[in-house]
Amino acid sequence: MTSFVQQDVALQDSAGASVLQARREADDPHSPVARFGARNPLKLDAGVELSHLQIAYQTYGEPNAARSNAILVCHALTGDQHAASLNPVTGKPGWWETLVGPGKPIDTERFYVICANVLGGCMGTTGPASTNPLTGQPYGLDMPVVTIRDMVNAQAMLLDHLGIDKLLCVAGGSMGGMQVLQWAASYPERVFSALPIATGARHSAQNIAFHEVGRQAVMADPDWRGGRYLAEGVTPHRGLAVARMAAHITYMSDQSLHNKFGRRLQNRDMPTFGFDADFQVESYLRHQGESFVQRFDPNSYLYVTRAMDYFDLAADHGGVLANAFRGSKTRFCVVSFTSDWLFPTEDSRAIVHALNASGANVSFTEIDSDKGHDAFLLHEPELTAITRGFLDSAARAFGLPAARQA
Amino acid sequence: MALSEPVLDEGVVRLQGGRVDLVVVAEMVAPGSRVLDVGAGDGELLELLATTRGCDARGIELSREGVNAGVARGLAVVQGDADVDLAHYPDDAFDYVILSQTLQATRRPRWVLEQMLRIGRRAVVSFPNFGHWRSRLDLMVNGRMPVTDNMPMSWYETPNIHFCTIRDFVALAELLDARIERAVALDSSGHRVRVNMPWWVWNLLGEQAVFLLTRKG
Repeated sequence: MTSFVQQDVALQDSAGASVLQARREADDPHSPVARFGARNPLKLDAGVELSHLQIAYQTYGEPNAARSNAILVCHALTGDQHAASLNPVTGKPGWWETLVGPGKPIDTERFYVICANVLGGCMGTTGPASTNPLTGQPYGLDMPVVTIRDMVNAQAMLLDHLGIDKLLCVAGGSMGGMQVLQWAASYPERVFSALPIATGARHSAQNIAFHEVGRQAVMADPDWRGGRYLAEGVTPHRGLAVARMAAHITYMSDQSLHNKFGRRLQNRDMPTFGFDADFQVESYLRHQGESFVQRFDPNSYLYVTRAMDYFDLAADHGGVLANAFRGSKTRFCVVSFTSDWLFPTEDSRAIVHALNASGANVSFTEIDSDKGHDAFLLHEPELTAITRGFLDSAARAFGLPAARQA
Repeated sequence: MALSEPVLDEGVVRLQGGRVDLVVVAEMVAPGSRVLDVGAGDGELLELLATTRGCDARGIELSREGVNAGVARGLAVVQGDADVDLAHYPDDAFDYVILSQTLQATRRPRWVLEQMLRIGRRAVVSFPNFGHWRSRLDLMVNGRMPVTDNMPMSWYETPNIHFCTIRDFVALAELLDARIERAVALDSSGHRVRVNMPWWVWNLLGEQAVFLLTRKG
C-alpha cells in the first residue's frame, strides 16, 4: 500500500500520468472493494438494474464486538472514499481530516468509520469511467443515470457486506448531507443519529442552473466526443476545468474570495491589457480547474451533478417533507453556515421545520463563518465542538462507553 | 385556586447551584415527560430536566452562541425564533412547553402562549414580575424604569419589550381559557413567597413568578 502511494506521489510530476492513474482508480482502486456479481443487482430509480456493481470504500478504526460503533461518512460532489487517508491520485490528505481521525470529533479510536465512493463516482465504485464487464469498454453514457437514493441503496449493500446492521451516525456535507437525509428517510431503523451539514432537502433552481453551466461546458468540449472520449483516447479537460471553475466560485463566499485575493495582480505590477490571468483570483481558478481535471472523470461529473439536481426528498413523499421523517427515532443535528449561498441557512431551516413537524429529535445550529459553502471542509472550531458534543451524546444514548478524557 | 407547597426544599435548590427559578420550573415537570424549552439559553434547564427528571427535553433558542453551547453539550437545541417557529410544531407534540424568563422578550406574548398550549397540554412560564414593590417604587419615586438583578438592563438596551405583572399574567391565562394548576412567587433573595398570602401580596413581594398552566377541555 505504502509503495503504491509513493509511486503515485511521484506520478504527480506529470499531469498526464496523473490522469492515467485516476483512470486506473476507476476500475482498480487503492482501497478495499466490495463486488456484487450478476445475481445481486442494484435496482435503480431510473427503472433498470445495475449488475456487477462494485463499491470502493475506506474504513478507519475498528468495529467493536457488537458492531455498534459504526459511523458512515458521505462525501460531497467531487470527494471520494479517502476521508482521512492519503488520496492515491493527488497525494493530498483526506478531505475530512479536520473531523475524522484519532482523538478528533469523529474519533477513529472509538468509532468504526466507513466512507465509500458514491455510485457514479470515478474512484472505484461503478460509474461511467468504470469498465462495463459485459462489453469490456468503459460505460460512458451507457451508464444509467443514478440518484442520491441509488447511492444510498448501494451504501446499504456495502454495510450488509461489512456486517453493519445499524449505524451510530451518518454524517456528511453538501451532497454528503443529501445522502444523510436520504439515509434517515429510507432506512430510519438503521440510523441512530444523523448529521447533515451545509445541505438541503432538494436542489434549488439556482443550484441546478449552476450545474447545467458545468455540464454544458463539458459537453461543449470537442474532445468530449459524445461521452466516448475514454474509448477514443482523449479527455475533454478544458470543458471540465471550466465546469470546476464555475462551481468553485459557488463554494466560496464573496468575502472569502476578497480576503484571499482582492483585486491583486499575479506576478506583475500593471495589467497586461490582454486575457492572461492578470488577477490572482483568475490564476487561482485556472489552477483549481487544471488540478481537478487530473483527478476527476468528466462523465462522472455529469452523472453526479445530475443526481444532486434530481434530489427532492419532499417530492418523494407526497410533497410534504415531514412525511419523509414521520415516526423517525433518529436524532438529527442540522448545521449551516452564514455565508453559504449554495445551501443557505433557509434550506437547513426547512429541514428543521419538517423534522419538528414530524416530532423528530433535532438540533440545529447556524455557524458564523465567512468561508462560504466550503466551510464544512475547513477548520471551523464551532463545527468541531458541535460534532464532538452531538456524537458523544449519541454514543452515550446508544450505550457505547464514554469517551476517554483527554 | 390551588397554590402548591414547594416540593424541593431550599437546601436542594442551593445544591443545584443554578438559578432557583429553573429548579422551581423543573419540579413542576413530571419525570420522563417530553418537554420543549422555548428560549433555552445555553441549555441549563434542558440539562437539569434530562439529568434530574429523565425527560426527553428539546430546546429552541434565538442566539447562535446559546445554541452552539447547548449542542456542544449534547443537548437537542434548535436555532430559531419563538415568535415565528412555534407555528411549525404540531398539536400535542410535547407534554410540557416551558417559557423560562423569555415571555417578556417575545414580540407576541399572547400568540406565544397560545402556541405553547397548542403544542403541549401543559405550559410552564416563569417571568420577572413588574408589579414587584421595587419596580413600583422606582417608577413612583424616581420616575425611572426599574433596573434590578432580574431586569439588569436599562430600558434602551434591554431585549425585554413586554413586561407584565403577576395579575396581568393571571388575566391573560383566563383570557386564553387556561387553568392555573400551580403558581410560585420568588422574592428578591430567591425564596418562595408564603403560599397562604393573598394575590396582591404576591404581586407586591414576588420578584419572579412561575406558573403551571393546563389547557382546558
